[in-house]
Amino acid sequence: MINFGYKISTPRSIDMDSADSRLYCQLVEAVPSYRYCIGCGGCTATCSAGQFTDFNIRKAHFLFSRRQYDKLASDTFTDTDLNKCMLCGKCSLVCPRGVNTRGLILQMRKLLLK
Amino acid sequence: MFSIFVIPFCLGVLALLVISVIKYYNWIKEFDRKQQTLIRKNILTWKFLPAIWEMFRECLLHWRITKHNALLGYMHRSLAFGWFLLIVVGFVQALVAYPNGHQFYVGIFFNYFEPHYPVSHSPALPFIANLMDALLLYVFSGLTLAIVKKFWSKPLGMKRTTRHNLTDRIAKAALWSIFPARLLAEGATSALYGNGGFLVVAMGRLMQAVGLTSTVLEYNLWTFYSLALGVFFTLMPFTRYMHIFTEVFLVYFRQLGLRDSDSKSGYTMFELSACSRCGICIDGCPINRELGVTDIQGVYLLQAIRNKDLRNRAESIANMCMVCGRCSAECPVGIDLEPVRRQVRTEYAKGIDHPEGFQYLKSLHHFNALGRVAYFGGCMSHLTPGITQAMEQIFQAAGQSYWFMDQEGSVCCGRPLLQQGLVRQAQALRDRNKSMLKKSNATMLVTSCPICYQSFTKDYRLDIPVMHHSQYIDMLLKNGKIKVERSDMRVTYHDPCELGRGCGVYDEPRHVVAATATLLPTQEEREKSLCCGFNLGNTSIDSEQQVLIRDAALRNLLEPNPDMIATACPMCKKAMTRANNTPVSDIAEIIANQLIEK
Repeated sequence: MINFGYKISTPRSIDMDSADSRLYCQLVEAVPSYRYCIGCGGCTATCSAGQFTDFNIRKAHFLFSRRQYDKLASDTFTDTDLNKCMLCGKCSLVCPRGVNTRGLILQMRKLLLK
Repeated sequence: MFSIFVIPFCLGVLALLVISVIKYYNWIKEFDRKQQTLIRKNILTWKFLPAIWEMFRECLLHWRITKHNALLGYMHRSLAFGWFLLIVVGFVQALVAYPNGHQFYVGIFFNYFEPHYPVSHSPALPFIANLMDALLLYVFSGLTLAIVKKFWSKPLGMKRTTRHNLTDRIAKAALWSIFPARLLAEGATSALYGNGGFLVVAMGRLMQAVGLTSTVLEYNLWTFYSLALGVFFTLMPFTRYMHIFTEVFLVYFRQLGLRDSDSKSGYTMFELSACSRCGICIDGCPINRELGVTDIQGVYLLQAIRNKDLRNRAESIANMCMVCGRCSAECPVGIDLEPVRRQVRTEYAKGIDHPEGFQYLKSLHHFNALGRVAYFGGCMSHLTPGITQAMEQIFQAAGQSYWFMDQEGSVCCGRPLLQQGLVRQAQALRDRNKSMLKKSNATMLVTSCPICYQSFTKDYRLDIPVMHHSQYIDMLLKNGKIKVERSDMRVTYHDPCELGRGCGVYDEPRHVVAATATLLPTQEEREKSLCCGFNLGNTSIDSEQQVLIRDAALRNLLEPNPDMIATACPMCKKAMTRANNTPVSDIAEIIANQLIEK
């Protein structure tokens, strides 16, 4: 067969009915401003850790919203990118929506650990 | 000399002694190694002298409370010092009356035993009796204020008072009934025998007038007095009144140089019990003032740690705090609440404290800055580039070669992590910055961020001097290295929590502002300054709540109608710039604008 350079990509849609929303709900309860995020990425642009690594708050937010917790941390919690955060707080000062980003990261860590 | 009614008192004293000794012994055993070394090193030095002075000044005279509010100080002083003198003079009285020795309780129940067994007829006795009554009157004046405070605390300088638990309230009832019971019992004896000083005799005449003269009543009143004492002493070790003795120990250990460590130690146990739950920490707290949350302040934090039933609440109480330090600055016992709070946070953050996350910092390269000043802007200064630019201008004007340490790729100082109890992660960042500084051979470190300044001075133990830029600019101005033009601007200065209360730097930034502009005083400044609301200490509030706290600080700063608000912290600047039309500038920017080029 001639290879035209196309391939079939696996679908990335999430079935929200079957997804496990427990952690997500706990996170939203602990940090209500989680829901204000418009995904502008300002936090990620200013991130101190982001200058050195591919740590990305926006991505973490995105994955958590999609309930893809396993992509944030495997069974050994220590490998999560969230541990690269220095908690310096620049992200919370630049956030145009006033999301409590530092609270968000600490809560994500605590929830993923469980 | 004995009567059955003294038994409750004696049992109370015994219980108090035994329980206190056991508790103190256990706490002293829990001192960590550093604290033990300090005790061994300092116990045989002159340090006990300032300790005794502080014990007298604080435990008896309540000097710090008096500075907070004179009437409140008088209330505590009359109860503490008055009662103390009542006990001391009571023992002297018994000693004068029975020079050949007597039981220890005779001094307490002197008027009861005196008409029965007079031995010495010293001329000093009537004088001492009147003195005792004067002291009792002194205690009564304090007791009256305490009752007034319970219903109307505002005249005593307290908007809000502590909510006490049941045992505390029972002990308080016992304490409050001790003194009226004493007067009634002495009055009943005086009604029968006519003994006592001016107050007691007056009470006795009154009781005679209404026909209360009987030995049965007398005996019952003395029993009630003894019972009140016994109940109070027995409850003391389990209530807030344990602070009476514990504060004495705390003062001593603090004078020996002991401080809180990263985890709960014996010293913390003394601090927990030295808290008198006076509630002075509540009124100043921005979380109470602006957010109306009234159950997380220092007094409730210590209660939650001490009372293990509240274990589940300790975490949320500990997290709900700006770490602005206002409570510690006002605490009359001098309890350092920040480390205690951090200990709880550390305990709950153990699982998420993984320094392995910072492997990536290993790739940072070193820089040779031999003979230069290292300048650390801090993360927040990167959001307020005006400050770093102003600092570079000032370095150049002073002819000082410098190394902008975190110009590209800033590494946090570690304090934000430490504040959240992530001790090991914070240590990893500190190690990183420390080794970079060491290998650079810089002669001095100047930082623009008060958070970094506190971290570098308190946690790093660097062998080069560390200065906040306010101190550095003040030094340059004093040395004549830079010169500034005066302007006719009227400026109010906002004390950043971390710089002022955190590191005690109040004067240098004020000197710097005064060098070029007119500095206006504000209502709440220096130790009483208000948090800008964006302090990194709190991760449990959202920005709506931060804004409320910030607006309160702004109201205070804008009240004298200044042309500009000055501050010395990039975060305070960032927080306040957004909210008002009055310009907010860092002191470095003010100076850089007014520089006279040589």
